[in-house]
Amino acid sequence: MIFVNMMDLMNAELGIVIILFILLFMKILGKPESNSTLLNLTNALLVLNLVVVLFLNSDGVLFNGMFHTNHTIALEKGILLFGTLIISLQSFKWLMHHKHAAEFYILLLSSLLGMFYMISSGNFLIFYLGLELASIPLAALANFNLKEKKSSEAALKLILLSAFASAIMLFGISILYGTTGTLSFSEVSLLISGGSLQILSIVFIFTGFAFKLSAVPFHFWTADVYEGAPIAITSFLSVISKAAMVFVFISVLSPLFVSAPAVWYMVFLIIIVLTMAFGNLFAIRQNNIKRFIAFSSITQVGYILLALSAGNKPGAAAAIYFMMVYIFSNLGALGVISLVSAQTGLENISDYRGFYKTNPVYAWILSISIFSLAGIPPTAGFFGKMFLVIAGASKGNSMIIAFASLNMVVSLYYYLKIIKAIFIDPNDSPVPALKPGFSIAAGLAVCMFGIIFTGFAGGFYDYVIKTCGF
Amino acid sequence: MNNTELNRILIVSALLFFIGVYGFLTRRNMITMLMAVEIMLNSVTINFVAFNKYLYADKMDGLFFTIFIITIAAAEAAVAIAIIINLYRNFNSIDINDSATMKY
Repeated sequence: MIFVNMMDLMNAELGIVIILFILLFMKILGKPESNSTLLNLTNALLVLNLVVVLFLNSDGVLFNGMFHTNHTIALEKGILLFGTLIISLQSFKWLMHHKHAAEFYILLLSSLLGMFYMISSGNFLIFYLGLELASIPLAALANFNLKEKKSSEAALKLILLSAFASAIMLFGISILYGTTGTLSFSEVSLLISGGSLQILSIVFIFTGFAFKLSAVPFHFWTADVYEGAPIAITSFLSVISKAAMVFVFISVLSPLFVSAPAVWYMVFLIIIVLTMAFGNLFAIRQNNIKRFIAFSSITQVGYILLALSAGNKPGAAAAIYFMMVYIFSNLGALGVISLVSAQTGLENISDYRGFYKTNPVYAWILSISIFSLAGIPPTAGFFGKMFLVIAGASKGNSMIIAFASLNMVVSLYYYLKIIKAIFIDPNDSPVPALKPGFSIAAGLAVCMFGIIFTGFAGGFYDYVIKTCGF
Repeated sequence: MNNTELNRILIVSALLFFIGVYGFLTRRNMITMLMAVEIMLNSVTINFVAFNKYLYADKMDGLFFTIFIITIAAAEAAVAIAIIINLYRNFNSIDINDSATMKY
């Protein structure tokens, strides 16, 4: 009976585990054939798993409350899996001739598995295990270009700082355990009274989270890791890993600390103001496009935290919706960037001058994605940001809303700098015409469809609202 | 009686934690930085065991958490040392200042 129950509730995790085992056995037993079988098989299995996650989900609790799932969590897992699938499609060309394609997927999917357990956790123990399972393989992935100096430097920064951050978070958890005597989220949230030791533990736990979310002042690793890691990993870090942390915030931390609202809100406000301001200021001065994406993603985290600071259901729904939009827009931009980088090795914004002359289609894809990141109306990014700000406004703090809007205007400057480079600036030797394969084109098409569709049709937002249950 | 004992243990673990933080922030050798993180994790395990023994002896949550922390710390150290070895091959040094090619 428990086995049937487990198959039913843990179908997303078990699906990933099965894919992992298939890949391992293909690597061990299979002959060194071409990678295309492996890549196509993995993509097909990921699609299958996505269908299972989205259409076969139910509410329930397993292992004495350690693992819980419901429709919102299933939707969040579906979003993560969908983003991973797009990244997998986009890195097809890079992996096609790579010696270690199987290892890439094994590490990537282990990390995804950790995120799934983290989102579904009902207990600090499972949460910690999931967090580490999500972050240790990522460091190995950041080092995937073994011969490259930048890549190993990025990996070192990622592993040392994530270990440091999780040690700080664990110290907070241990204090919380000392004051409440339990590790289960539902029991802890009842026992929080707001004593000084508990406030200390909240600050410690929040610090660990802010590291993983790369909120200012814990953002220093972000730009270096994004620049040094291979682009597929940059995409994964900037989108999937961030989305997973936001989802954990929604389903785990917000209910946990509702009983200490005053401290919680103050911590939020300080982090939000710093994150939005510093992300913008540093993004303005970047020339490397991966570093640029890193700082722009830091700013986006500020907006997401603004919605989460409301601590209510509209805030959670807005954050989930925005994460979906953000996956489309960021992966659209990074897809074109990875295509350019794979074919020519160019990664600077100035290299994109005259991009429109040689590659009009990709220039438009990049521009639409960037417009969506900036939040220009017809694209989905506008609606995403609008819902975030509306949710943040529910606390009635007009100063922070004004500050957020001001930051959105400032961010237009550096987003438009790229648009200007693509369309207006002259260049004698622009990027030559790009030749994507079928799967890269498919990945980009999905992103474009997502940006336009989720922008014009309100159906997806309604769906999120409905699954969040209000 | 019990509380003074618990307090002493907590003071030791808090000291150990901040020694770890200090070491992480000041040391420039990568292996030493990794050791500093391990010290921080050890202080957390002391915390868990002490709380479990003195306050909540009826359940074993804290002890189980300790075992998991030790296991994961080992896994983390393994990956980190692998990365450091690879970095040493690229840079011929494990001083963190020598491997700073990327700056804002």
